[in-house]
Amino acid sequence: MRFVLRRLGHAAFLLVGVSVLAFFFSTLAPGNYFDEMRLNPQISAEQLSALRAEYQVDRPMAVRYVRWAGAVLQGDLGFSFAYDTPVAPLLWTRARNTLLLTGTATLLVWMLALPLGVWSAERLGRPVDVALSWATAVLLIIPDLALALGLLVLVVRSGWLPTGGMVSVGFDTFSVVHKLQDVALHMVLPVTVLVASALPVLLRHVRAAVAEALQAPFLRAAEGHGISRRRLLYRYVLPAAAHPLIALFGFSIGTLLSGSLLVEVVMSWPGLGPFLLEAILARDLYVVIGGVLLSTLFLVAGNFAADLLLYWADPRIRAETTGR
Amino acid sequence: MRRILEVRDLRVAYARRDGGVWHALNGASFGVGAGEILAVLGESGSGKSTLAAALLRLLPQNGRITSGEILLEGADIVRMDALELRRVRGSGVSIIFQEPSLALHPTIRIGEQIGEVLRAHQALSKRRRGERAREILAKVFAGDIERIFSSYPHELSRGQQQRVLIAQAIACEPALVVADEPTASLDPITQREILALFKQLRDELGIAFIFITHNPALLAGFADRLLVLYAGKVAEVGPTEAVLSSPRHPYTQALLKCVPQIEGGEVLAPKTLLPVIAGAAPSMAVLSQGCGFEPRCEERMELCQIREPAAAMLDNRHEVSCLKYPA
Amino acid sequence: MEPVIRVENLVKRYATRGLGRRVEAFTAVDSVSFSILPGSTLALVGESGSGKSSVALCLSCLERVTAGQIWFEGRDLSALQEQELRSVRPKLQLVFQDPANSLNARWTVGEIVAEPLLVQRRISKRERDARAAQVLEQVGLGADYLERRPRELSGGQRQRVAIARALVLEPRLLILDEVLSALDCSIQAQIANLLVEMQRAYGLAYLFITHDLGMAAHLADEIAVMSQGKIVEQGPAAKILRDARSPEVRSLLGASPVPREAMEGVREL
Repeated sequence: MRFVLRRLGHAAFLLVGVSVLAFFFSTLAPGNYFDEMRLNPQISAEQLSALRAEYQVDRPMAVRYVRWAGAVLQGDLGFSFAYDTPVAPLLWTRARNTLLLTGTATLLVWMLALPLGVWSAERLGRPVDVALSWATAVLLIIPDLALALGLLVLVVRSGWLPTGGMVSVGFDTFSVVHKLQDVALHMVLPVTVLVASALPVLLRHVRAAVAEALQAPFLRAAEGHGISRRRLLYRYVLPAAAHPLIALFGFSIGTLLSGSLLVEVVMSWPGLGPFLLEAILARDLYVVIGGVLLSTLFLVAGNFAADLLLYWADPRIRAETTGR
Repeated sequence: MRRILEVRDLRVAYARRDGGVWHALNGASFGVGAGEILAVLGESGSGKSTLAAALLRLLPQNGRITSGEILLEGADIVRMDALELRRVRGSGVSIIFQEPSLALHPTIRIGEQIGEVLRAHQALSKRRRGERAREILAKVFAGDIERIFSSYPHELSRGQQQRVLIAQAIACEPALVVADEPTASLDPITQREILALFKQLRDELGIAFIFITHNPALLAGFADRLLVLYAGKVAEVGPTEAVLSSPRHPYTQALLKCVPQIEGGEVLAPKTLLPVIAGAAPSMAVLSQGCGFEPRCEERMELCQIREPAAAMLDNRHEVSCLKYPA
Repeated sequence: MEPVIRVENLVKRYATRGLGRRVEAFTAVDSVSFSILPGSTLALVGESGSGKSSVALCLSCLERVTAGQIWFEGRDLSALQEQELRSVRPKLQLVFQDPANSLNARWTVGEIVAEPLLVQRRISKRERDARAAQVLEQVGLGADYLERRPRELSGGQRQRVAIARALVLEPRLLILDEVLSALDCSIQAQIANLLVEMQRAYGLAYLFITHDLGMAAHLADEIAVMSQGKIVEQGPAAKILRDARSPEVRSLLGASPVPREAMEGVREL
């Protein structure tokens, strides 16, 4: 329990630290939202200064931070200058779209990497394993951008799948089933790119972890007891191989919000990435900070989950931390 | 005495990465009687660990049994298929490996690890398995059973870990247990305790043991018979007292002389040079034609280079493979 | 004759980490005293956990002493600073039990043996190599071993390299911590013979740490028996064996090599 509390403490500290830095750097960036407006002849100077007063852009940074932090704790992420609505709901819709994409992709990657990794680790060095290694190496080398654009071109030419966006025209008129189908079709391309870029790395890690577990002396000893291969794999090998993978899993969770920026931009997926990009360019302060905070939250949560899993899975770590 | 294990002309070779071959066992033949403790004495390169692994066909990827028979109560292990092999491992014959801390899974509790062995061979309910595991632990540990049952390997001392390995090996009451240097990493007092445990288990459960070691010191008063292994072949085998007190094979004689003698509390010849065996352990990359010990033997004859000695029966089941003793 | 080394009331305590709060002290060595004359061997015998390895670490100054003095060449090692110890270290060398781990696997034998010379920074590379070859020959390995690597060597050969490395700076005292335990019987005899020869030729003093009473009795002039950090018996080797007073000695005797005893009707296990 002390372990959990300590980790939570670290997480909270990290979040606060990130929020301070994000706030600091954002306000440090030259200019603010209203500078753009000055160029607009239709807005008078008085209107401008009224707006500025309303949004309190001229108060000292520390004060603004404290007000903002207080608001965040109550669930209010501030106000977007550009959209003139609270930040939280804006972020939330976008984040949801991103999670749909990355969640599916992450699930697929793990579902593919685990069995493939185990399979090739068992056949280490043999022709099939070597072939698979080459295939993943090729996939690793191809830049995400090239892959995304390449697939887009293919799809445009052939017309098999929609070319970007999340929904087709007239979405609101579709039946529920048709809606689901529509979104699913739109997801195929971006998810494919995401999976293709994450799979090689994870596959290699799984393969390495399982291969190492397969060499362990305790496996030979267990074999000597006449335990079946199947049982050996599930009860002995996988748990032993799990530890490096748990850290990776935490990382997977951590990058759920932040890993898909490129794909979203190229494929016009209405996710968090493009939205934040826009906000940064427009100096929409509270959107930017809110977005950064949300991403960090996921990262921290992912790490925290990994720590907890590892603590639960490995009694040696438990012993270390309780000083037994 | 009924023989439960009969090994005939066992040969094992390893394929080396550079394309060469390492002949680890070159025609080892011996037998083990029911409830007997056979000590296998050999130094590095003698093939003793290969012998242990071969008996359960647990050789590494590059090792192969090239010929010979391993008859466990009549059934030839060399010719068994995968299913029969899995069945016999752990319940017909078990093995205890050398490094206890490595032979146990780090994140599974002791009780469960014993349970796994039971699970593989007996259909018991989970509760019954737990009870049985505790019974088995009680045979190898004097007390503190509950704590050990729910411990993880890293929470136990080396000696305790070794006892757990022994518990796993006897869990399904096999006829034979092969122990590959089980006391190598333990201090002398613990070593003696483990040996006493083996004897106790033999007396209580009638299990035969093959005890592999490089240390002749442990054997007196412990093993029934002693087998000396050299260059992948049996040099000499017989009742322990006979082999230790009147060794016949030149290697055995030289080996026993290497150990500092204490007689009745006196040190014989302190700080003098111990008699050593000239030369080094033979390279097993090339199969020699004659006797494997010939290059280092002080009593070698010309014939020893050409002819391989066959086992000659001396007396009282004491056999020696040396051309000095015609078969 | 002046002893090479005289240890007086040596105490070594280790602090074990509790989680921040409890710091427990474990006394590994509890007021141990002995001395070693030049050209002679003191065997420190005991089971694992008796504190013998801690004594070795303190004497070789790899661990700081908690209390007590170590008189070596007229100076108290426990009171010296790291800088001053530099001049002492060459004379007091330590050889470990496990040759597989104490030799750097990436270096050649020649480099391993010459390493202490590097640290002392005295001589040219050519002189270093010549000295390395010389000392390798003393331990029975020819010049062709200079270019080999540890993984190509057997256990006995590696231990010879470790001993060669210890000899290269011409020490007066060698601390041998269980150097024979990991070796085969016949190889133990070879290395034991090497140690005896080296001692005769160079007048070296040895602190021979072991749990093998038989080998200790064979190699040592004096034996000190340790148990739980204290010396429970100490005296000439023959006397310790003959009298076998303390329970520790008796149990170690029971655990020691005596193939001949098979003839005399054996001890109970």
